[in-house]
Amino acid sequence: MTTTSLTSSRGAGRAGDKVFSGATLAAGCLILAVLFGVALFLVIQAIPALTAPAADIQGGKGFFAYIWPIVVGTLIAAVIALVIATPIAIGVALFISHYAPRRLASGLGYVVDLLAAIPSVIYGAWGAAFLAKEIAPAYDWLAANMGWLPIFHGPASATGKTILTAGIVLSVMVLPIITSLSREIFLQTPKLHEEAALALGATRWEMIKMAVLPFARPGIISAVMLGLGRALGETMAVALVLSSGALTASLIQSGNQTIAAEIALNFPEASGLKVSTLIAAGLVLFVITLAVNMVARWIISRHKEFSGAN
Amino acid sequence: MSKRIDVKDLNVYYGNFLAVEDVSINIEAKSVTAFIGPSGCGKSTFLRTLNRMHEVLPGARVEGEVLLDGDNLYGPGVDPVTVRSQIGMVFQRPNPFPTMSIRDNVLAGVKLNNQKMSKGEADALVERSLQGANLWNEVKDRLEKPGSGLSGGQQQRLCIARAIAVEPQVILMDEPCSALDPISTLAVEDLINELKDQYTVVIVTHNMQQAARVSDKTAFFNIAGTGKPGKLIEFAETSTIFNNPSQKATEDYVSGRFG
Repeated sequence: MTTTSLTSSRGAGRAGDKVFSGATLAAGCLILAVLFGVALFLVIQAIPALTAPAADIQGGKGFFAYIWPIVVGTLIAAVIALVIATPIAIGVALFISHYAPRRLASGLGYVVDLLAAIPSVIYGAWGAAFLAKEIAPAYDWLAANMGWLPIFHGPASATGKTILTAGIVLSVMVLPIITSLSREIFLQTPKLHEEAALALGATRWEMIKMAVLPFARPGIISAVMLGLGRALGETMAVALVLSSGALTASLIQSGNQTIAAEIALNFPEASGLKVSTLIAAGLVLFVITLAVNMVARWIISRHKEFSGAN
Repeated sequence: MSKRIDVKDLNVYYGNFLAVEDVSINIEAKSVTAFIGPSGCGKSTFLRTLNRMHEVLPGARVEGEVLLDGDNLYGPGVDPVTVRSQIGMVFQRPNPFPTMSIRDNVLAGVKLNNQKMSKGEADALVERSLQGANLWNEVKDRLEKPGSGLSGGQQQRLCIARAIAVEPQVILMDEPCSALDPISTLAVEDLINELKDQYTVVIVTHNMQQAARVSDKTAFFNIAGTGKPGKLIEFAETSTIFNNPSQKATEDYVSGRFG
């Protein structure tokens, strides 16, 4: 009679286990290493600009004076993009997940995903060559009728190449990201909760308010933050659409600049301290994106108890 | 505040598939009626047609009449939303809204009617409903905590509290205890006994002892084979169904010879 000892082990299976766990560990470490490497590169390269005498920095007033207008410009463009894209994206996602007939829904979902496949330079070209021209009369109207608002202060740009146009182009670019993520989350709403709402006598919209949106809230926030990340970092479209300049409150005059476009437009001809300044600007963009993500996580975790994960 | 249900010649279809055939049944007000039968016999499907919840599934439709005190639920111009606010439902798995507190869960249905309700009235309704569901003493100190933190049995009673808060005429229960342990099951069964003083209760159950314990009348559904429609075989006093059924199939089922 043979007995199998508890201490003997199937060599091959254990080896596979070890290789696999080693591979996943390596992949996890690689991510941290890359992130740390990029951060380290940015900091080291940025130090000369951060420590240089104010007069040597572009503009002659120091790094802070150089960076804050384009930080504000970046945020303005990103906020415009999100303000336009978020409601539309949530509406489209809800339509696809809960209202449209199944065949229309899959077609529409496919088209939305196609939007994400268009390269950003194409969006930029479309924005610069078509949208800016077409939208200029609307800016004239805004300047004439709502000019008392600082953001619509005239005279409007004749070319239409303004931060508002850039924001609109960005909103089209982030729309598919927010839409497809939200749609996935909406579809994951447990049938159980939808039926609970319907059985109480909820209409379809009330069911969505009661069961779908609260369930999807963390997912929507994540989707918007991913969209924001794209809007903050988008370079080509802004570089092509925006006729940049000094920071201005009016969204319909030419002016303003974003960090990413500033780097892209100036980097090829930069040298010495100018390179360092641009990299420092990149570091600032990195920090902003990081902060945005942390705030998003914090918002999500605040409601963990009610998330339904328990 | 309870109404009777009379079903006349009801057929239920999923697309072209006839799922339940020719059911006629009279459900008395203020009584507990149990539906028993083997899996797939259409008893849950039929239960859902009593408050039009089957319409949630694509392609589901019915022929025939369901009368709530004489008013046809499927009459022209009848809004399923109104039907469901009159005929509440409790599901197989407890489904309190995870994003809401216990208090908000109870008030969820009431808030739908856009009634302006003072905090005092709302508090009173929450207490009354939770007491009605035998849950008040267990949760009164944590009304603002999420409903998903309760045990399974407590969650199910919270769902019952949520259903009775809108003061329906009828409460439908689709295997309400099948996901619960025996102690919680007992609590829910006790509750069903109390509910029939005020409401018409219809319960689907796989558990024949449960049907025998809680119901006044029992309906036995059966299916001739896969792909065939489910049918109502026998409907009578619960004691008759279990002790002296008139149909052979019923006797075989309740005595455990099949199903």
